[in-house]
Amino acid sequence: MLNKIVKNADEAIRDINDGAVLMLGGFGLCGIPENCIAALVRKGVKNLTCISNNAGVDDFGIGLMLKTRQVKKMISSYVGENAEFERQLLSGELEVELIPQGTLATRCMASGYGMPAIFTPAGVGTEVAQGKEVREFNGKQFLLEYAFNSDFAIVKAWKGDTHGNLIFRATSRNFNPLMAMAGKITIAEVEELVPAGELEPDMIHTPGIYVNRIFQGVNYEKRIEQVTTRLKD
Amino acid sequence: MLDKFGIAKRIAQELRDGYYVNLGIGIPTLVANYVPEGMEVILQSENGLLGIGPFPYADEVDADLINAGKQTVTTTKGSSFFDSAMSFGMIRSGRVDLTVLGAMEVADNGDIANWKIPGKMVKGMGGAMDLVASAKNIIVAMQHVNKAGESKLLSKCTLPITGLGCVKKVVTELGVFDITPEGFRCIEYAPGVSLEYIKEKTLGRLAIADDVTEMSV
Repeated sequence: MLNKIVKNADEAIRDINDGAVLMLGGFGLCGIPENCIAALVRKGVKNLTCISNNAGVDDFGIGLMLKTRQVKKMISSYVGENAEFERQLLSGELEVELIPQGTLATRCMASGYGMPAIFTPAGVGTEVAQGKEVREFNGKQFLLEYAFNSDFAIVKAWKGDTHGNLIFRATSRNFNPLMAMAGKITIAEVEELVPAGELEPDMIHTPGIYVNRIFQGVNYEKRIEQVTTRLKD
Repeated sequence: MLDKFGIAKRIAQELRDGYYVNLGIGIPTLVANYVPEGMEVILQSENGLLGIGPFPYADEVDADLINAGKQTVTTTKGSSFFDSAMSFGMIRSGRVDLTVLGAMEVADNGDIANWKIPGKMVKGMGGAMDLVASAKNIIVAMQHVNKAGESKLLSKCTLPITGLGCVKKVVTELGVFDITPEGFRCIEYAPGVSLEYIKEKTLGRLAIADDVTEMSV
């Protein structure tokens, strides 16, 4: 019998230890696994390598793990909006690998599809191409980029069921389904956990086979980086 | 001379009915405000949305619905959501008709630099390298000169490159420039700007089109 349910974030991340390589879903603060990040801070694991499009802000998201100096290396496409990050980077405490956003997404995808590498035109002729194999197809140059290897993928979904099937909402989908496919162990926190059979199979974004542990998160803050509105006429 | 709104208005003249368009952060975002009446243009956001609508009313703000600049937005009729790999898939496979980006430097062969200033804090390229490597039509919206008054239209980029030979057109406060084998080809000048002034402020190779006209914005 399938047994993927864990009680909470602390149980979900119980075997994440020092030096682990983690994937964390989200774009900016949108769709980040808030509960698991808080649990990682509580557990105090160190020397983590985090693969995530961004690094949070000073007091939220991955920024919380930077503040406690738990992160050794970030692999991201964009890391602005974070003063503590900048300080650690300039002082040499933190290692950073910047890669194009599409390359980041596709290297996750390749991992989840069981493919060792991909070819992409992003970065040809730039410093991103240094030391990488270049191949020409149909007269255009492409870089060879490898699939990621990660110990754990930690994702946030809108709804999930007891089989681990996931549905994401709006732009909080972003990297989450790709990373869910790419972890050796995938942990999903969801806003609403329902019994198997309640989600419409046609609506599933991530089939449960990719998800090892699932729990219903609590107290989602869902912080917004830039609230932009218009006035009613 | 144009202000940033003028630059955005001029770029909006490049839109065509039915275009799928990716707008970068800064001046490019403003282009959305000048889509000609009666024309349907679908805006792509690289974080996974086709059909970006206007900013929400205060009571509609949704933390799960943002654009690539992390601002809250809404959707238009017929919009769709997708993951980040598919987002760059539609860019890489040439489905996006027009990409408008800001830049720090553009070279007269179409090279672009817009992600890194050595010695300053490096924030990352985000999706810029993917966009410039794949988009079939890239227009750069930027100021003609930097804060020190130096030309940003060069014979060769001095800053780290984002992509090679990819820019098709540059629109600045001074004029509109096509990238051609002869370098920047000035096809329009902004109201009140002389061709002599444009020559003075452009370091890369510059050709003036025979039919150069004053921009109408």
